Amino acid sequence: MFRNSIHRSLKSTRALHSANTTRLFSSSISRLYGLRPLDVLSEEEEMIRETVQRFANEVVKPKVREMDENEKMDPEVIKGLFDQGLMGIETSAVHGGSESSFTSAIIAIEELAKVDPSVSVLCDVHNTLVNTVVRKYATEKQKEKWLPLLATEHLGSFCLSEPASGSDAFALQSKAQKVGNDYLLNGTKMWITNSYEADIFLIFANVDPSKGYKGITCFIATKDMGIEIAKKEQKLGIRASSTCTLNFDDVKIPAENIIGGEGQGYKIAIEILNEGRIGIAAQMLGLAQGAFTLSVPYTYTRNQFKQPIGTFQGMAFSFAEAATHIESAKLLTYNAARRKEAGLSFVKEAAMAKWWASKVAQEVSGNAIEWMGGLGFTRETGVEKFWRDSKIGAIYEGTSNIQLQTIAKFIQKEYTP
Amino acid sequence: MRPSPARLLNILVPVKRAVDYAVKIRVNPQQTGVDLNVKHSMNPFDEIAVEEAVRIRERLSKDSEPVTITALTIGPTKSVETLRTALAMGADSAIHVETQESASSPEPLGVAKAIRAIIQKQESVDIVIMGKQAIDDDFGQTGQMLAGLLGWGQATYASKVDLDLVQKNAVVLREIDGGLEQVRVKFPMIITTDLRLNEPRYASLPNIMKAKKKPVTRLTPTDLGISFEPQMEIIRVTEPPKRIGGAKVESVDELVEKLRAAGFTAV
Repeated sequence: MFRNSIHRSLKSTRALHSANTTRLFSSSISRLYGLRPLDVLSEEEEMIRETVQRFANEVVKPKVREMDENEKMDPEVIKGLFDQGLMGIETSAVHGGSESSFTSAIIAIEELAKVDPSVSVLCDVHNTLVNTVVRKYATEKQKEKWLPLLATEHLGSFCLSEPASGSDAFALQSKAQKVGNDYLLNGTKMWITNSYEADIFLIFANVDPSKGYKGITCFIATKDMGIEIAKKEQKLGIRASSTCTLNFDDVKIPAENIIGGEGQGYKIAIEILNEGRIGIAAQMLGLAQGAFTLSVPYTYTRNQFKQPIGTFQGMAFSFAEAATHIESAKLLTYNAARRKEAGLSFVKEAAMAKWWASKVAQEVSGNAIEWMGGLGFTRETGVEKFWRDSKIGAIYEGTSNIQLQTIAKFIQKEYTP
Repeated sequence: MRPSPARLLNILVPVKRAVDYAVKIRVNPQQTGVDLNVKHSMNPFDEIAVEEAVRIRERLSKDSEPVTITALTIGPTKSVETLRTALAMGADSAIHVETQESASSPEPLGVAKAIRAIIQKQESVDIVIMGKQAIDDDFGQTGQMLAGLLGWGQATYASKVDLDLVQKNAVVLREIDGGLEQVRVKFPMIITTDLRLNEPRYASLPNIMKAKKKPVTRLTPTDLGISFEPQMEIIRVTEPPKRIGGAKVESVDELVEKLRAAGFTAV
């Protein structure tokens, strides 16, 4: 292998240069992004950031504590998200959406998380999981029917996990039996985000268990088809985001509601979760920044031993570390998003971003509590909420161990001689 | 007899890119101005102006009368961001009078002359709605100067605007020191907005995306025959004196004593 690489480098530097040049400066990439720094956004993306920031601070912020204490999402917040066009970010204008980019969705999710990670995940699941499945895998007729509903008024939910299948998603038990022109759905889904408020559900069930995971099919269903909320979980964090167990008891779904075709469910699930990962990374990134922004200014006004505690070197050093970690999480997240937009491979980068951002979120928010001392420990300032909310980052949409396994597989493939 | 049908309403909204209201202002070391390396956004009173124009259009669209809203800004290249915000809020098109990056900020008289030049170039403008003042220089003169230069009526510090398209006038409630004053002004006219006129909307995402396709015309001061040569020179800018701590008193009598000693004769 070494001999090969030396041989290659001894080849005409012109050829090597042009090969590298073609890769680096490929027309599509430079045309799209002109090689600017990762944290420099387009004018449109900056406008979207500002708009979501304003919305988050003016509409969401006053309700954050109440929603968390009551474990309930305020319907006004959901309506506000729809009114602002934040529930159809990538959906085309023809289908009632904002026709914006994936990175714009990532920015919206990040900005919402700076104020409330619960609201952020509601927007994230709806956009990066539900909307994207319909946009990518549905027929034109299905898109015309469902995308406008999802963009303007109806919250969506993504139902994959079950009591006996989380990381091992394809061990799911829910069955969909074909009866005439319909399917009868039976089974249970667990840990389902948005399910309490949602009208539209993407449900993964097996139409032919004898085929194993190749029978898994994606169905789109509405609440009134008979979907039952069996239990709403009481959680440590993101309490305003509803997490429920759903029961399906002979729920009748018409055959035309199959997305992508029979047996394509496993493929849809894997592919979509790779994208959704970047959304969670953005949520965790926003969370870390929110905790940092809330706590650090306080330390410059709190005086002990005749100086602001933030100016003690020990504190200053820990701010510097936290800020650097946040910066690294930001660059991982933005790069994964840009790679996806450019049509490049991004699975490894997405896994890295999600794993790292969730780690940074937990570390920074935990430190933020300590930086604020006793005050940080009370629920009044809202900083402890960030720490409670951060824990889920290492668990949902692919646990940290699953992310590490994904990354490790790439390493093995790349580095095996 | 049916009243004569109201014609198309043409609204011009000049907007300014100013230091964001939430920024902590710091005087620069040379004491010639403030540190401008901070966040900028549309002057809040101009946001209110854009919002009012959009609301006027929403109110009148019932009678199927087309209302066009043109946003206008004068400034360096970066100022075009402000126009995009106006377009995203609902303006139909925009005009950017581009000045040099290094040039000093145009003064109210220069701005008023430039707006007059544009009005003379445009097809008939019925109403100019603009902020009562910019929060960076707080001059509060441009609207009034523009009205004077054009010979148009003006209704400044507006907190309520009611248009009568048949009579071609507007009844405007003005916030003045003594309270509220109501004036009726004929078209064409200048309105300057005060804080309580309305609460500006957020530019929703679909509107931000639609704004990308709306036309922005670029002009230079030379195209308008205007020079923005400053008439004023800023000699010095300093911070207000730092707040000195007060003192506590034990009784009302002591309070009155101290007030009298400080020169408050009304006690």
